[in-house]
Amino acid sequence: MMSKMATRDAYGQTLVRLGEREPRVVVLDADLAKSTKTIDFAKSFPQRFFDMGIAEQNLICTAAGLALAGKIPFASTFAVFATGRAFEQIRNSVAYPRANVKIAATHAGLTVGEDGASHQSVEDIAIMRSLPGMTVLVPADARETELMVEAAAAHKGPVYIRLGRSGVPQLFDMEYQFAMGKSPVLREGDDAAIFACGIMVAEALTAARQLAEAGLEVTVVNVSSIKPMDEKTIIEAARQAGAVVTAEEHSVVGGLGSAVAELLARHYPVPVEMVGVQDTFGESGSPSDLLQKYGLTAHHIARGVERVVLRKKTISGNR
Amino acid sequence: MDETKLRELQERALAVRRDIVEMIALAGSGHPGGSLSGVEIACALYFHAMRIRPAEPDWPERDRFVLSKGHAAPLLYAVLAQAGYFPREELKGLRRIDRMLQGHPDAKGTPGVEVSTGSLGQGIAVANGIALAGKLDGRDYRVYVLVGDGELQEGLVWEAAMAAAHYRLDNVTVFVDYNGFQIDGRIQDVMNPDPVPDKWRAFGWHVLEIDGHDFPQILSAIDTARSVQGKPTAVIARTVKGKGISFMENQVGWHGVAPKPDELERALVELAGWQPA
Repeated sequence: MMSKMATRDAYGQTLVRLGEREPRVVVLDADLAKSTKTIDFAKSFPQRFFDMGIAEQNLICTAAGLALAGKIPFASTFAVFATGRAFEQIRNSVAYPRANVKIAATHAGLTVGEDGASHQSVEDIAIMRSLPGMTVLVPADARETELMVEAAAAHKGPVYIRLGRSGVPQLFDMEYQFAMGKSPVLREGDDAAIFACGIMVAEALTAARQLAEAGLEVTVVNVSSIKPMDEKTIIEAARQAGAVVTAEEHSVVGGLGSAVAELLARHYPVPVEMVGVQDTFGESGSPSDLLQKYGLTAHHIARGVERVVLRKKTISGNR
Repeated sequence: MDETKLRELQERALAVRRDIVEMIALAGSGHPGGSLSGVEIACALYFHAMRIRPAEPDWPERDRFVLSKGHAAPLLYAVLAQAGYFPREELKGLRRIDRMLQGHPDAKGTPGVEVSTGSLGQGIAVANGIALAGKLDGRDYRVYVLVGDGELQEGLVWEAAMAAAHYRLDNVTVFVDYNGFQIDGRIQDVMNPDPVPDKWRAFGWHVLEIDGHDFPQILSAIDTARSVQGKPTAVIARTVKGKGISFMENQVGWHGVAPKPDELERALVELAGWQPA
């Protein structure tokens, strides 16, 4: 059994290390420092931490001002509030002027759990990737979070990092490399390609193992950099397999699945199945119950692979 | 203040008003009313009070001006051009494709524009961020913000007002361009923000009330704001929308309409006949 750690915990720890090395890093929160884990930075660097209170628009615009004056601000709150409540502030005060603001939003997706639909962001990837110049990143585990936060700090320009509340298996070791615009291929197979992000990467790997036992070999790609997207790797994997499944803890409207479908429709159309939240809100429940009910497990990915492989065969049979 | 300085500022204001109506007329659209009401405040800042180097717009020690009411962009552009941030010739390109001067201020493409604005309510919060960075870095620059009175209806203004007082940002000065009108009519009829000075006081600001077209009062307010320790200052400046052009003054219809050629001519004739008070 792999050990688990929430990406928000990895974020909090990385911020402290970053703060020691890079004096320009400042952190802002909106009364959720204990939940987003910016509390660790606040304790280590009280002068460089600003609690903006329950005021997300103010959080984002203040971060923009700090960035314009040369700081590297990380602004954190829950994903629903960061990207929903403060969308237009992000658009006009961060993305449009290309302010060097890092929005690290936690509690994304259904694994928020018991707090229910009001707090479960399943739209944030769609919202953020629609903004010109916004980098959109979704780490699959703690190690990738660490690398991503450091890469975001080094990158000049706005970045959105999507983090989760619940523990996720540790998938990557110290050798793992992360780069914006690169999507590591974690496993290769010719029957189908799974493009996954966030907690669904671990599920995709589990599905791949189960499918292998049933005689289906699939490629698994970690699309942690949703924007910029590693178009070359994704097109190549789709070409090799001729069938694609996308998997995300997010609405199928506008998220990873949409981004992959947009890319493949233009460059290499193949049948695509989308595992994700099917245009609905979540509800209260334990994270694992929610993932079951809303179809976000290895089982659902495996069924998606079977469907898409069948579609691929039907298409080639018709030709 | 001495007479020469006053005369100089008044002439600057006159030239800025001329540029505003000319550039909006040429562009065929834009916001003359709220550009004209803020002329003296912007001139007092750029041509007297602020520590700036127009040839070095990114100078770290510079004072900053944030035009939160971004629709008054022609005012900002006229002042920046006269201060030497870019050639006055650029004013003719206002709102035209492939040109620098956007309908609302674009910080990344325009020398001297500190913050991209246009969506109301965001300027004070961004200014607070710049001011916090100044405090962290031990720099003594000041941040000035011009907000509209209708803009006070935006909730973010008050989030930012609370934060500036909380973080004791005495390096922030907000001017409220209280001209009394917004697009849909008199502010008291659309959504009454009164009593404005009491609200800022209640949020923990030092509050001054002045005539926003009177240079000695504006400069004195700036001096007072500089001396206030531990809290930000709000200057409630009573102004006249469309100030300086008789047929535009206090006319809500001139909020966002460009003068036609004959109206421009009348406006320029009026400005040419202006004598210092």
